[in-house]
Amino acid sequence: MKKLINGVGSVVTDTLRGVAAAHPSLRVDIENKVIFRREPPRPGKVGLVSGGGSGHEPLHSGYVGYGMLDAACPGEIFTAPVPDQIATATTGVDGGAGVLHIVKNYTGDVLNFEMAAELSGDEGVEVARVLVDDDVAVRDSLYTAGRRGTGATLFVEKIAGALAESGAPLAEVARVGKEVNTRSRSFGVALTACTTPAAGAPTFELGDAEIELGIGIHGEPGRARAAHREARELVRLTMDAIDDDLPLSGETLVMVNGMGGTPLMELYIVFAEVAAYLEEKGATAVRSLVGNHVTSLDMQGFSVTTCALTGELTRLWDAPVETPALRWGR
Amino acid sequence: MDTRFFTTWMEEATAAVRAGRDHLTRLDAAIGDADHGTNLDRGFTAVAEALAARPPVTPGGVLVLAGSTLIRKVGGASGPLYGIAFREMGKSLGEATEVSAAELAAALEAGLAGIRRLGGAEEGDKTMVDALAPAVRALALAVQEGGTPEDALEAAAAAAEEGAKATIPLQARKGRASYLGPRSIGHEDPGAASTALLLAALRTAASR
Repeated sequence: MKKLINGVGSVVTDTLRGVAAAHPSLRVDIENKVIFRREPPRPGKVGLVSGGGSGHEPLHSGYVGYGMLDAACPGEIFTAPVPDQIATATTGVDGGAGVLHIVKNYTGDVLNFEMAAELSGDEGVEVARVLVDDDVAVRDSLYTAGRRGTGATLFVEKIAGALAESGAPLAEVARVGKEVNTRSRSFGVALTACTTPAAGAPTFELGDAEIELGIGIHGEPGRARAAHREARELVRLTMDAIDDDLPLSGETLVMVNGMGGTPLMELYIVFAEVAAYLEEKGATAVRSLVGNHVTSLDMQGFSVTTCALTGELTRLWDAPVETPALRWGR
Repeated sequence: MDTRFFTTWMEEATAAVRAGRDHLTRLDAAIGDADHGTNLDRGFTAVAEALAARPPVTPGGVLVLAGSTLIRKVGGASGPLYGIAFREMGKSLGEATEVSAAELAAALEAGLAGIRRLGGAEEGDKTMVDALAPAVRALALAVQEGGTPEDALEAAAAAAEEGAKATIPLQARKGRASYLGPRSIGHEDPGAASTALLLAALRTAASR
């Protein structure tokens, strides 16, 4: 498998060098692997820190900037960042009003962010956490590690980021982040597996006529394997899974997300079917995002994330944002 | 068993993880995200470097430094879990410069307790606990029966190996493999497999 890399060992560092060179609005601490906004923390503003394994770009580094994150911590590929790294980010963005950790619900992310919150607490920084667990493919039960955090992470970062920018206190910013998570659901489908630079071969094998349903974002296999079929039918499977879990209705924020290797054209084909499905259910996609946002390296496939909007959430979604990967209104 | 012994254990663990890296990563590709071997190799390479740079003077010091290094370097779930395990083991040994087999057994039990507390896994959940818990029991039993440290560590390594293999028919209930539900059945848990490697390295250290 051909990759545009200099070497397996330097993938994350070389990515950070590129981010630093391309985006003067960011300050990249390559040694500690933290991406900060260029400007120092604003006194009284709640800081937002997220992070996770690399390989999901633009999540999280692409969402550092005005109206979203204050810092992002990329781990190794598909590996949660380490506590020291997260603590460096946390203490670095604290403007005295505390810091919100936005954590995807994976065992590794949860453990490392918990340890970092303790380290930051020792430094006198108040830390609150929003745990994102929107993936309906995983049943939340005693028999799993709980639902995974996937596409809704971006919604939480945008909406909580907008509220933080307005000067709201930590408890309020955490409250709105949790509300976004509660009102969001995701489901993903893979047409191919992805290839990590270290492994050099696809993480699982799929036949030409096969797909994986209910994938996560780490190249892990999904809940079930099925026969490939036309986009309309794949969208129906996806949306049924979401609708069964949280019935779709009213004004909805919808992301059709590419997994990294899918042409934008196909994502729009998917979006057309998603919009038609919503209409059938009496829901409307009043806000939308179509593109590669929460990816799995070079995987082909898509995920859909929905969020049942409220007036407050719509207003915060529309608020100005200026990051490498998301910008409007400013 | 002295500081030299525990340093040798960590060196053997580093070599075993290096040799087993690709195998662990392949196990992880089947039911996880294909990085367990790579991550542990990075962590233990850093452990070996840290021990060489700042050689601790007690067995407990060796294990605490190893644990802290793993927490700092590995990431994922295995970094904190193995990190806490080695730190708890090291703390259990205190400032002693010589450790008996009984004290080592108690330390290993403290490590297991740390993993359970942090990760919340029970035996049968298809995790590293499935290899470590039987090893702790086997070591305690062998010590109780008055065997040599070599025999006791042989029994612990064998129990860990057996425990790891016994994860194959299990359905995962913790960690990333749990997302697969019944599809996790039929694969050895990579965390249990790496735990067996670490216990095998302990046996090797005893035979040196």
